[in-house]
Amino acid sequence: MTDVVATNQTILVVGGGISGMTAALEAAECGKDVILLEKNPSIGGRVAQLYKYFPKLCYPTCGMEINLRRIKANPKLRVITLAEVTKVTGDAGNYTVDITLQPRYVNNNCTACGACSEAVEAQFANEYNYGLNQRKGAYLPFYMAYPQRYVVDPRIIGTADAEKAKSACKYDAIDLNMSTQNIQLTVGAVIWATGWKPFDANKIQPYGYDRIPNVITSVELERMMDPLGPTDGKILRPSDQKEAKNIAFIQCAGSRDRNYLKHCSRMCCTATLKQTTYVRERYGDAGKSSVYYIDIRAIDRFDDLYQKVKADPNVTFIKSKVANITLDKATGNPILNGVDTEGYHRYNNPHDLVVLAIGMEPSVDFSRLGIDIKVNEHGFIEADPSNGGLFAAGCASDALDVNRAVQHATASALRAIQVVNQVS
Amino acid sequence: MSQLNATKVEKYRNHFLREVEANVEEGHWVKMCMQCGVCSGSCPLGPYWEHPPQEIFMMIRAGKREEVLKSSSMWFCTSCYNCIARCPRELPITHIMHGLAHYAKRLGLAPQNQATPKFAQYFWDNLYNGGGRVNELKLGLSLYFMNGLVEGIKTALKMRKIGQGMYFSKRMNPFEIFGGHSCKDSQGLKAALNKAREIEEAKAAQFKG
Repeated sequence: MTDVVATNQTILVVGGGISGMTAALEAAECGKDVILLEKNPSIGGRVAQLYKYFPKLCYPTCGMEINLRRIKANPKLRVITLAEVTKVTGDAGNYTVDITLQPRYVNNNCTACGACSEAVEAQFANEYNYGLNQRKGAYLPFYMAYPQRYVVDPRIIGTADAEKAKSACKYDAIDLNMSTQNIQLTVGAVIWATGWKPFDANKIQPYGYDRIPNVITSVELERMMDPLGPTDGKILRPSDQKEAKNIAFIQCAGSRDRNYLKHCSRMCCTATLKQTTYVRERYGDAGKSSVYYIDIRAIDRFDDLYQKVKADPNVTFIKSKVANITLDKATGNPILNGVDTEGYHRYNNPHDLVVLAIGMEPSVDFSRLGIDIKVNEHGFIEADPSNGGLFAAGCASDALDVNRAVQHATASALRAIQVVNQVS
Repeated sequence: MSQLNATKVEKYRNHFLREVEANVEEGHWVKMCMQCGVCSGSCPLGPYWEHPPQEIFMMIRAGKREEVLKSSSMWFCTSCYNCIARCPRELPITHIMHGLAHYAKRLGLAPQNQATPKFAQYFWDNLYNGGGRVNELKLGLSLYFMNGLVEGIKTALKMRKIGQGMYFSKRMNPFEIFGGHSCKDSQGLKAALNKAREIEEAKAAQFKG
């Protein structure tokens, strides 16, 4: 008999988005012990914040439901939320991982009845909706949150609101004495599925995201489309809450620009094509979309979607990177200024609403975290043999769409299994 | 090669990009332009350009030598650097525009009636003949009399108060009119400038004809 080299065969997956869930499930369904960490109160990640995903334009809630069923059914998989990795030491097959657990202030008794939320008065910007609305100080992160348990915002601890929440709970589920915990795990391999974050639109000064109310980002439009979202599924202008029917999409907002993100974020072109179908879905022939682009990078089979959108007479494509956006104070309309490449015509086009197809950047700065892992110049994890038993999954490795992220996550699960299964 | 072929080759000479790369300051960046149009849209004088920078880059790559070099466009550049700051590929657009203007001037293709090359020539002659220093008095007067004697006297009278103020606050020395001061080894400087011109002209000559 040969011996397994790894002293510990558990696989740790960091990040509970679509990539992390996939990697964890694939490894667990192969019979490995898997621990899935998520820093937020619920798993689901950014895909759970989308209205639809391309190319089939179906709803991510469906995929989320399937994944949650798989997670609940699998005894090999343990999910820990509100957890962040602080330190990783050791080698492939034998890593020691330090983890900080933030208190939820709600225990397993919670039935998600919502009484605490009703009792609490304090409100905070809703992270799930990118701050487009407010949520209570005791809240369920979103309807499909897993674990399906409320959270008490640490900012209300020590206030009268916290006591109100506690006394409103009929199940003795609120425990205000919870505190931050540090735990240590030993694992054989680590999969980093830490994902992406939208590039900070405020940095793109010429587009005035910080000073023109009717300039929003593509991720915010996704939240607006949600029938249970901040605008009840309507595309509303932030300045006057009127329905926006003439919408401009600006591609490469942050991406492919050495002043901001050097890389192409890959999914924004197709995401915009998808979002033009939202405009049609809401308004039919009354909705107009204008796409300002350098070049449309709807790669391989997404070209079908591109051809379909191009055939829509209500969608206009303007080959030009918009130079700047100014505000028409009388109407609140953003005015897009620039020169188009097909004929070099100067334009000053007013629109009801501008959507910035915002780029992807890695959500974790590994160089600052002090974890010995190779990252490329854009901050994404490189597939490098010197990483040993540390692997990237999904958008931690590159800017990817859901399809590619899931494929990548499955591959990384296999790589992690190869580390913990290696025999001498 | 037949005569017809030779004329066609001449007509469609596509090595203008190589000529620009060899002779124009920062010209090797021209091929990096991805035609997004941010430079043209960001230019404060953009609406006055016949061909915005983005179009100039495309024209260079299309081999439109005469149209580019005879164009008045790049002479409108005021060096505000907005295009350089905004260019997603960090092309030194301002420098390329100055480089193109300079190259066109050297070849004698720059537009005759544009004020910018005219002033540039006055400035250069003043510096070159004035021993390596700009003689402000002479430069100012040469601009006054640029459009004839009567115009010059009119302008001089109009500016009299400013001139007097500058004299009394010791900002202007009227004796500079008799030659003025020069830098150390002005003959050496002149020789260096002549040599530089010789090298540049030899480089440009490779692309003639």
